[in-house]
Amino acid sequence: MIPSISQPASLRWTYRAYILMFYIFLIAPLAVVATFAFNDSLFPSLPWNGFTLDWFTGDTPQRLGVFSDSAMLESVGVSAFIAFFVTALSLFVATTNAFLFERYDFRFKEFLYMLMLLPLVIPGVILGISILISSNSIANHMDEVFNLEIEFLRPGLVLVILGQFAFITTIATMVIGARLRKMDRSLEEAAYNLGASKTAVLRTITLPYLRPAMVGAGIVAFLMSFENFNTTLMLTSSDSPLTITMFDRLREGSTPELNAVSLLLMIVSGMLALLSVLVQKKEDA
Amino acid sequence: MKQHSPIFFWLLLAPFALWLILLVIIPHFDMLGIALREQTAPRQYAFSFKNFSEFFTEPLYWRTFMRTAVMSIMATALTLLIAFPVSYYIAKMLRGRPKSFLFLLCLIPFWVSELVRTYGWMILLRETGVISNGLQWAGLVSGPVELLYNDAAIMVGLVYTSMLFMVVPLVTVLESLDDDIIEASYDLGGNMWTTMRNIVIPHAMPGIVSGCIIVFMMTLGNYLTPNLLGGKDSLWFTEQIYTQFITRFNWELGSAFGILLLLLSSLIVWLGLKLSKQTLTSTMAS
Repeated sequence: MIPSISQPASLRWTYRAYILMFYIFLIAPLAVVATFAFNDSLFPSLPWNGFTLDWFTGDTPQRLGVFSDSAMLESVGVSAFIAFFVTALSLFVATTNAFLFERYDFRFKEFLYMLMLLPLVIPGVILGISILISSNSIANHMDEVFNLEIEFLRPGLVLVILGQFAFITTIATMVIGARLRKMDRSLEEAAYNLGASKTAVLRTITLPYLRPAMVGAGIVAFLMSFENFNTTLMLTSSDSPLTITMFDRLREGSTPELNAVSLLLMIVSGMLALLSVLVQKKEDA
Repeated sequence: MKQHSPIFFWLLLAPFALWLILLVIIPHFDMLGIALREQTAPRQYAFSFKNFSEFFTEPLYWRTFMRTAVMSIMATALTLLIAFPVSYYIAKMLRGRPKSFLFLLCLIPFWVSELVRTYGWMILLRETGVISNGLQWAGLVSGPVELLYNDAAIMVGLVYTSMLFMVVPLVTVLESLDDDIIEASYDLGGNMWTTMRNIVIPHAMPGIVSGCIIVFMMTLGNYLTPNLLGGKDSLWFTEQIYTQFITRFNWELGSAFGILLLLLSSLIVWLGLKLSKQTLTSTMAS
């Protein structure tokens, strides 16, 4: 069935009703999270007791709002710290990977490209435990042989960063590689013919061309790091990032403060998503 | 084509190799090594299949494993069933602005953290939640109903979380189907069902396979959704892995579970690719 072929009206309306129900299904959980952030009640549930901003700005122990909850704010800082390093590391390796796979031909290229995709296929929990095992065995070895205690190889921020970097690099490589593949090589050839050096071509032609893809990949990497749960869960210790803190609170039984945090998260990630769409639009233009 | 000097090649290969070998390949071999050992005395280990035999002899473990596999397959099928009509509507029934609007609307929830999405379902489904209250208000039930902490709740959460990864490949593949072919099918006397079965679905097969593989892998490895929506009795295999590692501190058994989950995931992906004659690279690209 396509628009140019007439169908019974009943069928058309059933189809439309189905699509409408699908979108209600899609939006409902997000809508309730956002709405109950403003409920004047100690629990994120009905009945609706009126509108309040307490869950954002409240500072009494019973009604601790996000902006006064130092533990919550600290975990936001931890998440941002992790996401910054994950983004920087994965963008760097993704860019070199993109050049490697798009500009060079070498033996086992297909096979290595498949290996490059591997981190996407490995469940996050397993990626987490495998890195935990490896770093732990190195740390134990160092301890036994050299009597050295290497703190960063135990669960904590460094391991979380490495764990997220392991799979986010693959995604960033795919984004940047796709852009590099589309590049018109004659632009570079022209610069070489005009006597430009290798670094000058890279700096003035190739990297500016890649910039939208790098910004897009950077946004995606930052968001994926900020929102990651599975890999982080296995590698984190006392400095827990936001998703882990929220998870712990959720299991203790939550106040609408969690809704407030969630709403802020939605707004920020929504804006970042919009930004990446705009960057992509510019890229296509 | 300008020839690059080999030194650049090695400079580009180095970060790639370091990243992949140190963070992906060695850790997985370490995990395999730990899974295949047994503690014989304090700090003494010997090669053994004990952890794997424990998995097969303890019913809780392999039942959880099978349950996770079966529920993941069901969630994948359900996601496909729900997503197909929606993708078809977006790809074939709409044009221009409404089309890109509805497509973007599909993507939005997935920019939001999985934790937030799951939290939303908890607010909807719990005893004091929105749906329970709605049903009471409508007079359909007399008291509060607990809709959370059962398999149906897990399924709803899994399907919801997976939706995007089904819709995107389906829309992409359906857009590439020429309307003229569908019209030709009707001109030749086909009806909606024969056209679907003989034209649309065969054409969409690569997208269906890509979507199913990705959804299955993600569902199998999911931890958050079964844990929060299923409660204590969710019995998801990743929870077993977490328990062995963090609560029981039995890394040997936990590693064996990890290897088994990886094997299951790879087996199903391999079967899917074989049946549809695709490669991993082409599946990921779409």
